[in-house]
Order: sequence, then structure tokens, then C-alpha cells
Amino acid sequence: MLEADNLVKHFTEKKNADRQGSGKGRGTQPGLVKAVDGVSLSIASGTCFGLLGPNGAGKTTTVEMLEGIVQPTSGSVRYRGKPLGADFRQKAGIMFQNTALQDFMTVREALQMFGSFYSNTVPAEQLIEQCALSEFLDRDTGKLSGGQKQRLLLAVALVNDPEVIFLDEPTTGLDPQARRNFWSLVNDIKASGKTVVLTTHYMEEAALLCDELVFVDHGKVIAAGKPRDLLSDSFDDVLLELPAEAITSDLPAQPFHSATLHGQTVEISTRDINASIQYLLEHNVSLSGMQVRSRSLEDLFIELTGKDLRS
Amino acid sequence: MMSVTHFLAVLRARNREFLRDRSSWAWNIIFPLLLIGGLAVMFGNDNRTMFKVGVYPDAQGADQFLQTRHIKFVDSTELQAAITRVERHQLDLLLDRQQKRYWVNDTSPNGYLVERILAGSSAPDIERQQVSGRQVRYVDWVVPGILGLNMMFSCLFGVGYVIVRYRKSGVLKRLKATPLAALEFLAAQVVSRLWLVMAITLSVFFVTHWILDFTMHGSYFTLILVLTLGAIALINMGLLVAARTASEELAGGLLNLFTWPMMIMSGVWFSLEGAHPLVQMASKALPLTHVVEGARSIMIDGATILDVGWNIVYLVIFAIGCVLLGAKLFRWE
Repeated sequence: MLEADNLVKHFTEKKNADRQGSGKGRGTQPGLVKAVDGVSLSIASGTCFGLLGPNGAGKTTTVEMLEGIVQPTSGSVRYRGKPLGADFRQKAGIMFQNTALQDFMTVREALQMFGSFYSNTVPAEQLIEQCALSEFLDRDTGKLSGGQKQRLLLAVALVNDPEVIFLDEPTTGLDPQARRNFWSLVNDIKASGKTVVLTTHYMEEAALLCDELVFVDHGKVIAAGKPRDLLSDSFDDVLLELPAEAITSDLPAQPFHSATLHGQTVEISTRDINASIQYLLEHNVSLSGMQVRSRSLEDLFIELTGKDLRS
Repeated sequence: MMSVTHFLAVLRARNREFLRDRSSWAWNIIFPLLLIGGLAVMFGNDNRTMFKVGVYPDAQGADQFLQTRHIKFVDSTELQAAITRVERHQLDLLLDRQQKRYWVNDTSPNGYLVERILAGSSAPDIERQQVSGRQVRYVDWVVPGILGLNMMFSCLFGVGYVIVRYRKSGVLKRLKATPLAALEFLAAQVVSRLWLVMAITLSVFFVTHWILDFTMHGSYFTLILVLTLGAIALINMGLLVAARTASEELAGGLLNLFTWPMMIMSGVWFSLEGAHPLVQMASKALPLTHVVEGARSIMIDGATILDVGWNIVYLVIFAIGCVLLGAKLFRWE
């Protein structure tokens, strides 16, 4: 449905710093920074496609090239086999990472204004119900809470009943409850058969919403696939977490794979959970406080990028 | 192809934004009223401290009278226009060096004093011509300037600064993601600001006219035409400043760079008659000069549309130049 072929984007150092809030980037020609370096991907219709990566990895630039907002330095984006044209604006809904609406405008007026830009629109009542806007419909958009504002911006992105909707880090800065409410809205959008392109650095969000994932770092795709496949391809172990004081001697290489101290907790990797627990019991290690968990996308993220999630 | 629906949607949004912002009302309406009222009180008696004498055809020469200190001698190349200025007390006396005659307004105290000085320093055969007419008070003279000044601030900051703020906060980026065309967006900004500026300017004009009874000899149609073209030229200038600027600080600096010279050199507060030729030439390049000059000629001298033709032509050229360049340079981000 939406395909990108070998996308490359150069910015000047100043513009790159303005976009990322830092002067760092991948050097190319003098004075230029390569923000995206040969990204190719294919997004199937009706899926939720996640674009993951650390800050400054090139996610937003990539997604803005897919949206047609940023022109690639080289490479191409095709929607249903055709290069992006003016009609793509009618078919796409976009929720930017950082955006604002005009001042002194109510939620209702914002929906009316954006609706008037499109030839095909969703009835306002439907959008209001879908995005739960009724409680603050006549409130100034400048006086909305973070969660309310994101719901309004989602409604604005849905106003033209888009075939594909882009959500660029939509839950950044929201409290846990607002974030879960938002996930519920996105699940409803998915259920309606729309294609969703989501960038996030919340791995829990990606795991919950995305059918396909692409990990981006240094402007390149470093891994791609279904979440379960990516995890099974990268990991064959499970993790035991124990309070640090419970481990009083070195652990053997079998059945344990590795042990890492994280603050007051020891994280033990093993491929044989039964043998590991048996070993610990036999050696009188207290299992109170023990947690067993499978590898998550967060582990994969750190494995792939070597970075802390919010660095 | 421009969509009227898109245009009207953005126009409504911008109008609402202005009309609901009470602080901008205060700035745009109350400020000029207070300024004109204050000036009327301060300069109600026309307390010019320097005598001004027009000399036809020019003030170059070794005549003893022309060497008098504390009198400003200005070249008057058009005799009839200069006589009108004596009638309106804008010149205290007019001297025709070729025909050896002078004009003085018999109701002007300054004219009386300058006439005494002339009598003491010139040949006795100089012929006296008497004129009469209502005095043009400073407030009559300054009102067109203040109307133009208020218009300038409202147009430049109300369009230029707002677009830069939109760009910085991401409003423009959000609009770019829709089918809205840049031309539709820009046209809505121009029209929204134009009608608001004209409504405010005319309201201030009629309120102050009613209170101060200032001079209005010309046609209202011609005055509104000059003010409208001036507003369009200044709005387009604001668009040009905002075409690419993304920093409010830079935009503020650029707007000040344009507003300060216009505030000083467009003849808002004082006449540039007799100023250095380079200053006069620079003044003619500024759109506000043509707004103020045109409006003042219409209001004080009763100038016709033909009389202010050059001002109108300049404002049209300036407006078209700015909008073409601004549209070419404009970037959503």
C-alpha cells in the first residue's frame, strides 16, 4: 500500500539541530547531516506499522517523508503504486509530534475548520463520540489538558476519514491513564480497517498496537518484522530477576547464561528455566521477590541500539 | 485553483483569533485614540517654536532676510500651492524673490512677527499680498500620520509576527498536512487583517473627527482608497518579513528594522520639508510616507485622486512587489 524505496534525507547542521534539539548528526558533506540513510520499507493495508528507534534516530524524518511533508534528498515514496501527489492529502490523516492550533479557537471550531479543507469528511458527531470530545467541545483549544489535546489532534487527523493515519509519538508526555485511553482509541481505528503508521519510543505501546515493526537507528533500518518474530529471532532465553542480596556466590555457566546487576536487582538470563530454579532451590537461594519474564521489545531495543530508551 | 471554502475557513479562524484577543483590541483602538487626544491637548495651540518662510522659486541667495537666524526657509517651487500653505498657517510667510512680493495671513501671529522682521531687513519696495484662512492646527496635521502609524503597526505585526508564531508553534505545519494551499492561507491572512485594520482606522478617524473637528477638505472615497492601498502594501510587507522567518526574536528585530525608519522618516510627527535631500529620497521609498502624504493632502489640501496619483501608484507597485516576492519565498516550515 505505502512503500518507501531507499529514502535518504540530508539537512543542514543548523536545521538538523533545530529539528532534534541537538547539533549531533551523521556527517556527510561538510555542513550537511544525513538524517535518514537509505530506508526502504513496505506497509500493508489495514496494518498498524510501528517505527521505533531512539531519539535522533531518524524516525520523524522518515515518517514525514512518508507523509509527503518532507521531500527526500533521494529515493521515493509510492502510495498504491503511485508517487505521492496532491490527492494523498485527501487520503492521509496526520498527527504530528509537536503541533499547535490557532489561538482562541474552540474544539468544535477546530473540527469545523479542518473539516472544510477536505472533500470527504466524517460527521462531526461521529468524531466527537469516537475521540470522546463531548465534555470539552466548546473549550478553547489552548486550555485543554495533555490527553484532551491529543484526542482533539487525533480527531483532526481523522476528520477526512483517512485510509492511512500517521501518529508520530502520540502519547509522549501523557500520564499512564491518558496513554491507555489513547491506545484504546488507536485500537478502535485499527478495528475499522485503517492503516496506522506509528512512531514511538514506548515499547509497551508498540507491543500492544503494532502488527509490524521497523527499528531505525543512525538513519538506517536495523531490524524489521512482526514483534513476535523479531523477539524469537533475537532471543532464546528468559529472565529471572532476584533481589541482589539473595545471590551470595557466583552462578555457573550452566544452566545460567548471564547475570547482570541492575541497582538492587540481579537479572539472570537462562535458556532452561526449570533447571535454573532447581539449582537455586538446591543452593538455598531465597526465591521470595523473584520475577520471571520473557524478553520484551524493550530488551530487543537495547540489544539492537545499545541505548537507553529515552536517551 | 484557489478554493473559496478553504479560504473562508482560514479567514473565519483568523478573524475569531483577533476578535477574541482583548489585548489586541486595546492596542489597536485605545492606543491611537489616547495618542491623538494627548497630542490635541499638548499641541492644541500650535506651539511651533520656529518660524517657517517659503521662498519662491528657491531660498538660495545672499539676501539679508534669508540670513535671519531662527527662521526656517524652505524652497517653494509651486507658487499657488505655497500660497495655500500660507492660508492654512503652514507657512508663516511666502516670499517671491522674482516679483518682489510676499504673502502673509492676517490672522497668523507668527506671520505678523515674520513680516516685521522682513520689513526690517529688505528693500521697502517689496509688495504685500494678504491672504486669510483657517489655521491648520498641529492635530489636523498629525492625525493622518497617526492613523497611518497605527495601521503600520497593526499590519506588520498583525500579519508578520503572527505567521512567524504560527510557524514556530507548528500551526503552519499542521495546515500544510491538509489540502489547504499556501495561496489560500496567505489570502485569508491578508483579507482578515485588511478589513480589521480598515474598520479600526475608520472608527478611530470618525471618533476623533467628531471630538476634535479636524480638517477634512477632500473626498472620503479618495481617502479610503489611499488608506486601503496603504494597508495592503503594509500587510504584504509583513508577509514578506514572515515568508521564511522561524524565530520570533528575528521577526521582531526585522519588523523593528522596518517600523522605526517609517516612524521617523515618513513625516508622521514632523514635516521633512527642508531635511537633507538623501533623507527625503529615503523617505519616498517608504510605503508609510505615501500613505501619510496622500491622506494629509486629501484631508488638509483637498487633494483629488489625480493629485495623489503618484502615492497611489507607488503603493500599488510596492504591494504587488512584496506579495510576489513573499509568495515566492514562503515556506510552511
